[in-house]
Amino acid sequence: MVSVAHSRSPFRFHGRSFMAFVLAPDLPFDDWLIELDAQLKRSPGFFTGRPVVLDLARLNLAKPDVAGLMAQLQARGVRIIAVEGVETSWLGPGLAPLPGGSRPAGVIDLAERKAAEQPAEPEPDKPASLLLDQPVRSGQSVVFADGDLTILGHVASGAEVVAGGSIHIYGTLRGRAIAGSAGNPGARIFCSSLEAELLAIDGLYRTIDEIDDHLRGQPVQAWLEGNALVLAARP
Amino acid sequence: MANVVVVTSGKGGVGKTTSTASLGAALAKTGQNVCVVDFDVGLRNLDLMLGAERRVVYDLINVIQGNAKLAQALIRDKRLDTLSLLPASQTRDKDALTEKGVARVMKQLREKFDWIICDSPAGIERGAILAMRHADTAVIVTNPEISSVRDSDRIIGMLDSKTERAESGGDIEKHLLIARYDASRIARAEMLGVDDVLDILSVPLLGIVPESEEVLRASNLGAPVTLSNPVCAAARAYQDAARRLTGEAVAMSVPRDRRNLFGKLFGGKAA
Ligand SMILES: Nc1ncnc2c1ncn2[C@@H]1O[C@H](COP(=O)(O)OP(=O)(O)OP(=O)(O)O)[C@@H](O)[C@H]1O
Ligand SMILES: [Mg+2]
Repeated sequence: MVSVAHSRSPFRFHGRSFMAFVLAPDLPFDDWLIELDAQLKRSPGFFTGRPVVLDLARLNLAKPDVAGLMAQLQARGVRIIAVEGVETSWLGPGLAPLPGGSRPAGVIDLAERKAAEQPAEPEPDKPASLLLDQPVRSGQSVVFADGDLTILGHVASGAEVVAGGSIHIYGTLRGRAIAGSAGNPGARIFCSSLEAELLAIDGLYRTIDEIDDHLRGQPVQAWLEGNALVLAARP
Repeated sequence: MANVVVVTSGKGGVGKTTSTASLGAALAKTGQNVCVVDFDVGLRNLDLMLGAERRVVYDLINVIQGNAKLAQALIRDKRLDTLSLLPASQTRDKDALTEKGVARVMKQLREKFDWIICDSPAGIERGAILAMRHADTAVIVTNPEISSVRDSDRIIGMLDSKTERAESGGDIEKHLLIARYDASRIARAEMLGVDDVLDILSVPLLGIVPESEEVLRASNLGAPVTLSNPVCAAARAYQDAARRLTGEAVAMSVPRDRRNLFGKLFGGKAA
């Protein structure tokens, strides 16, 4: 888990496939906020459009502390979608409980988490692409951190595909596709028919509600232009 | 060689038990030896659908725990002597099913029967996984609605990862059975059409069983519809599905909605 106090840059987070950053503040908050401001100065708009999970589990906080911290973060344009480690009754409306359903099941995620924590040994002959000739079923999570992911079948509603590089789906994308997961703004997502629940590239995301109706069911390509996730129908 | 079939769905109440009994009886009518096994420990139903509830003495758990021999627990159908039932326990809980015990019972059943059809409990927990564990073939029962289809998708993923066949690098044969198909509701777009379901699940179709009063009547009579009223549409759908299971090619017909057809004649304005 990335904690701001321990790693100055970047704030990028891996290991939980739900596309949110986890901020784990340290005490005293004033110092931590100074560091946060420094980070925001280096890259303004860093949090634009990115959901953030606030992890307070390691701290023993009173209710007013939490409220104060939330106000500080909101003032900086940080969009908190969930808070971990405090009583839910403390939180105002508009804060989702942690979306448990987004946690992938199974070993793949653990393997990825491990990889994210210890990126030490370089493995030169790792394949840069992975091909799946089976559909990805609801509840399944395919994580390929090392490169491009190609899926010949569908990605079901409730399924999730995550790639360090680009994602190519020859079937219908009904679930989530998360490309550039290791911080690659050049990654793209292609699918033969778009019914996605969520698309994300390098941490910027769009949910189904933010996808134009006229793109539904169309072959679509998604990429990043600056700080915007752009979608367009493919010919 | 014996064929172990699991009837599974993820979502509850979609027609697994009805399908297990109806397919089992349809196969048994062709003279093959069939055993239907109730894996729904604590919520057993298969005995009721076969009208055998008063004849249950021993059950699957007794056999697994060594308190009864398999032969003592098997109940032979009064109408069809090629059809047997291995009932579930109503009083124990699912934890009494052990991995080893199930493996042993399935092995014994394979020696005695041509078809072993396992009625899975709903859900994706232990009970459902034990029911599919030893299967060669899966019949995935789906209703044409989005939540059922999504749960089926989830179950297909488990069939491809949690079964013995999958673990040993093989493939489990998968068939989709669409149950409680209501053409008029599909026409009104209240339910998904067959093409949508097939597109989402990408599994070959075994049959389409229409929503039918006859199915309800049959279960109240304690007889599978393929025995109680073999000429009704639902029974014919199950009989065709059973023949497809044996590898026969049988033409598929999608149940039609008469009202809708009528509506189309008058400009598609049927309300
Ligand atoms: N084709 C059909 N037409 C009408 N009713 C049906 C049909 N198939 C099943 N039913 C009814 O739906 C109900 C549920 O069926 P059934 O018990 O077979 O489902 P199940 O999947 O085994 O449920 P559970 O998950 O609880 O074990 C029953 O009342 C049954 O009679
Ligand atoms: Mg049942």
